[in-house]
Amino acid sequence: MKKFLTATAAAALMASGAAAEDVKIGILQGFTGPTESLVGPMASAMEMAIEEVNASGNFMDGMTVVPVRGDSTCIDASAGVAAAERAITSDGVKGIVGGTCSGVTGAILANVAVPNGIVMISPSATSPALTTAEDNGLFFRTAPSDARQGEVMADLLIEDGVTSVAVTYTNNDYGKGLADAFASAFAEKGGEVTIQAAHEDGKADYSAEVAALASAGGEVLVVAGYLDQGGAGVIRSALDSGAFDTFHLPDGMVGESLSNAFGTEIEGSKGQAPGSNSEGTKIFQELGAGQFDSASPYTAEGYDAAALIMLAMQAAGSTDPNVYKDKVEMVANAPGEKINPGELGRALQILADGGDVDLVGATGVELIGPGEAAGSFRVVEIKDGKFETVGYR
Amino acid sequence: MDILNAIVALSNFVLVPAIAYGSQLALGALGVTLIYGILRFSNFAHGDTMAFGTMATILVTWALQAAGVSFGPLPTALLALPLGIAACILLVLGTDRLVYRFYREVKAKPIILVMASLGVMFILNGLVRFIIGPDDQRFADGERFIITARDFKEMTGLQEGLAIKTTQGITLVTAIIVVAVLFWFLNRTRTGKSMRAYSDNEDLALLSGINPERVVMVTWMIVAALATIAGVLYGLDKSFKAFTYFQLLLPIFASAIVGGLGSPVGAIAGGFVIAFSEVFVTYAWKKVLVYLMPENLEPSGLVQLLSTDYKFAISFAILLIVLLFRPTGLFRGKSV
Repeated sequence: MKKFLTATAAAALMASGAAAEDVKIGILQGFTGPTESLVGPMASAMEMAIEEVNASGNFMDGMTVVPVRGDSTCIDASAGVAAAERAITSDGVKGIVGGTCSGVTGAILANVAVPNGIVMISPSATSPALTTAEDNGLFFRTAPSDARQGEVMADLLIEDGVTSVAVTYTNNDYGKGLADAFASAFAEKGGEVTIQAAHEDGKADYSAEVAALASAGGEVLVVAGYLDQGGAGVIRSALDSGAFDTFHLPDGMVGESLSNAFGTEIEGSKGQAPGSNSEGTKIFQELGAGQFDSASPYTAEGYDAAALIMLAMQAAGSTDPNVYKDKVEMVANAPGEKINPGELGRALQILADGGDVDLVGATGVELIGPGEAAGSFRVVEIKDGKFETVGYR
Repeated sequence: MDILNAIVALSNFVLVPAIAYGSQLALGALGVTLIYGILRFSNFAHGDTMAFGTMATILVTWALQAAGVSFGPLPTALLALPLGIAACILLVLGTDRLVYRFYREVKAKPIILVMASLGVMFILNGLVRFIIGPDDQRFADGERFIITARDFKEMTGLQEGLAIKTTQGITLVTAIIVVAVLFWFLNRTRTGKSMRAYSDNEDLALLSGINPERVVMVTWMIVAALATIAGVLYGLDKSFKAFTYFQLLLPIFASAIVGGLGSPVGAIAGGFVIAFSEVFVTYAWKKVLVYLMPENLEPSGLVQLLSTDYKFAISFAILLIVLLFRPTGLFRGKSV
């Protein structure tokens, strides 16, 4: 709450100090709730992109972009919808970077963004269900869908010669979506999923859940959960009862707190999280290094999401969402001049001169299908009790 | 060999966890049942009393750990337990003085006391979160296992492993000692006898010169000790989180009611009935059956009656069945 208050206060200050020629962009993120520790750096990354554009002075003949922060929360759809309503009707934002979590993002899209015709680019909502959501071409995301992560996970396991796994997932849109995507991909490639069981976060005891998983059997336990929550509890219980000793860890489980908690106990377990080894990522991380934790998950996606909205506006020569929405894919994809982080000013100039750009950005963003990132994944493995990057795909 | 494997698998995933959980529930239910028998109301603040006692114990444990004190292979929290119990006793005597005594003196109906305890519950809820925070706290230290699954497999050459955590062993041993002491106290000592007399017939007890305030005070002290011990054992075995202790209220009340409110033996039996049925009904029996059945009869499905999501529903269902068919509980306690 305190963070939120400071955030809104800061946003209010900025808003009051701005000139008449302003474009407001909503930074609608889960500042409170289960993702609050991730959102701080993400929002800073988005605002870094906005500052970069403002500093160049090239945006729409000298207009200024003003970020307006709003708390979409991660799990409270009604609070998220209310925050989005306020951003659009009261603050008058022309585009939204958000939301953070899949469930709330879907709710905002259906109830606020589509009825009001506002472009929404989410840096971190990964549920496959959003691919088919009714969006009138207004919704994009710079994070890959979990349908893609499911494929990558299935490939990794099959390549390691694993043919039978048990799956447990956190009981929400993210966990269910990822588990389903993985199960169908894995079955297609000839693997067998022995059980697909949900677990609730925030319980003290997961022995009953692990008992069911152990009974179903499998060479590896796939834990599609959260590393500070039930996911870690399930792993603890599985290790204690000797049910499993190798795990596969999707993006919600990859983090230092997990390797600190288990170390060599889960030696050899693999996982993957969105990430790329592109030049853009390195440039972005150096740019942000002094200001916030630029290696934190989804910061790079956040930077790209904010950059896409502004470049699309410039390309369309309009801040009307229904006009610039058609330019988002154009500025994100080839052909055009490649644009790395820190070169947004140059990109704006090229667009103003009538040229075409291809935002490489911090994640090498490339929009496919219905406006979502193809995405690349960083494959990690626990070696000597630490997460080590073993490849990209 | 297959039969042995089946037994070991069953013990590892069902029996050992259920026995530990059952002991923890039984100790919690004993506290509820004592309050009901002697003070004549359902104490909704019991879960949070457990949380408070555990929190006090954790704070002392941290102080001991910081001072470099340890208890060898056993958790340091056991050393801190007496101080935790003392803190909890002060708390419940304080709430009794501030809240419950007034209602007792005006001879309020039990439902008013229940509502008062609901208020105490919310205050304790906030107090615990305020002091130690809403997050998970792990405070178990010392040796983690009596025997690990891997060691067991190597020792016996069986396919299935059996893991017994130190905390599970401690839970069972402590529960047995506590229950033995409690029953000795209730049946053999003068104070214990006066408590039972007061519970059976209040007027008669008063006539024979039993001091009611003293009985009430001793009851609260015993309940605080039981609550703290149950809470610390649960926290050592799993983890401490204010919210989970609040949630424990349901299975604890289910245990006490199934066994028969007011009956100490019933509370213990009820604790194990609830714990075992929660685990038995949600267990996937495939693994055990594969070992036991001839090959052509092996099940292909999971043989799971209910998904583990429905764990809490089972406590409710048993509660309903007992209340419908035997409202006084298995051991003929007071009817609810």
